[in-house]
Amino acid sequence: MSTGLSVTSVSYSYGAKQALRDVSFDVAPGQFAALLGPNGAGKSTLFSLLTRLFTTREGSIRIAGFDMSRTPRQALQKMGVVFQSQTLDLDLTIRQNLSYFAALHGLSGREAQQRINSSLDRLQILERAGEKTRDLNGGHRRRTEIARALIHAPSVLLLDEPTVGLDAAARQSITDHVHRLCADEGLTVLWATHLTDEVFDTDQLVVLHQGRILAQGPSATLRGDTPLKQYFLQTTGIAA
Amino acid sequence: MTAYLTALRAIVLREALRFVHQRERFVAALVRPLVWLLVFAAGFRAALGLSILPPYQTYITYETYIVPGLCGMILLFNGMQSSLSLVYDRETGSMRLLLTAPLPRGWLLFCKLLGSTMISILQVYAFLLIAALFDITMEPLGYLAALPALLISGLMLGTLGLALSSFIKQLENFAGVMNFVIFPMFFLSSALYPLWKMAESSALLRDICAANPFTHAVELIRFALYTQFNGWALLWTLLATVLFMALALWGYDPARGLINRKG
Repeated sequence: MSTGLSVTSVSYSYGAKQALRDVSFDVAPGQFAALLGPNGAGKSTLFSLLTRLFTTREGSIRIAGFDMSRTPRQALQKMGVVFQSQTLDLDLTIRQNLSYFAALHGLSGREAQQRINSSLDRLQILERAGEKTRDLNGGHRRRTEIARALIHAPSVLLLDEPTVGLDAAARQSITDHVHRLCADEGLTVLWATHLTDEVFDTDQLVVLHQGRILAQGPSATLRGDTPLKQYFLQTTGIAA
Repeated sequence: MTAYLTALRAIVLREALRFVHQRERFVAALVRPLVWLLVFAAGFRAALGLSILPPYQTYITYETYIVPGLCGMILLFNGMQSSLSLVYDRETGSMRLLLTAPLPRGWLLFCKLLGSTMISILQVYAFLLIAALFDITMEPLGYLAALPALLISGLMLGTLGLALSSFIKQLENFAGVMNFVIFPMFFLSSALYPLWKMAESSALLRDICAANPFTHAVELIRFALYTQFNGWALLWTLLATVLFMALALWGYDPARGLINRKG
């Protein structure tokens, strides 16, 4: 696969504890893939490897065709990330936060401001650009982080449990929004979650449990007539 | 190259904005050296006699002697403070944001270091201004000559903080840094007493002080404040900077995975 996201035979250990075992999956360009796994499945470890916060010698990761170990900067340039923990500077305004991020990607001046405006507009928070992020609710902070992740026009967007701590309405709004971004703009999305109601039938589903991929394929095909929640619990063996 | 400079400007600006939002921290950072200068030094003035030693050309008061050491103290505490904030950033996630930028990790860490060092230098000048108001002055040109010395010393202590931050697992462990790094570094140096005074008590302690890079940072600043150049101090400070930076780069190497290390 030349574009999109490709993970091939990736393993990772924290000392003696193996967190990921021979993980392989592909996400085609413009596809929304949900990485579904219970807490401790290895999702955050995988995200750390995908974002090069740490590296492994076992396996390879390609982002938009760029190998993460051989051409990490090109790969990072093509990737937008929304981390599980909040990474906004609460004392700065939305615009200041986004300008800082744009500069980290080499964007400044008018071009940066144009991209920030269009990104905020896409997430419907442009009119609040001058407000301090401390004054935003959880849902709007997440929107700000998604807007920020899109400034440099990445082709792959990674989101690590982006709805953690949000109320039901905000959760649905963010989930719908990112699905729309994927459909309308051809973004390749990898969305890690442990909540089955965030996965649509049209999504590609990757089930991760105890560091292994247990199933992957179109969500509708995998679950068949079984509700996704039940399918997930059965597959992971969590169900009583 | 433009991308590098754009990132540098943004990271330094962010440090400056943080500083503007944390003015209490600025005041607090000034209180510590001022207490040493105006209370401790005044009390010890009679107890500690100082002979003429370079770069001084005449007898000086104890308050005058400890000013460069207290400049170093500001840089030292701020270096450690920034290491504390790096550990905090690592736990909260904003360090992740920085490190996933498509630029070499060494450059990103250097930018962060430069930003916090520049804030420290501002604090040093505020301290020197207050000292001057109390009639403790240096040579007029010395204030300018001290700038590069403060920058190099600040970078050295900042890289030490950066290296430490990669090895500190959790915020709670920071108290250990205070006990095992800041205090020995400060007291085993020429900041409060000249090395020949220390030699009178113990040759071993004197040798430890002479090997302490903080001693050389203080001497570099001391000489610069009197528009003199101390090549040995510069060399020692630069060597320590390179060593600490190498340690920091090793500590933040993605292959070691420390950024996500669980405590």
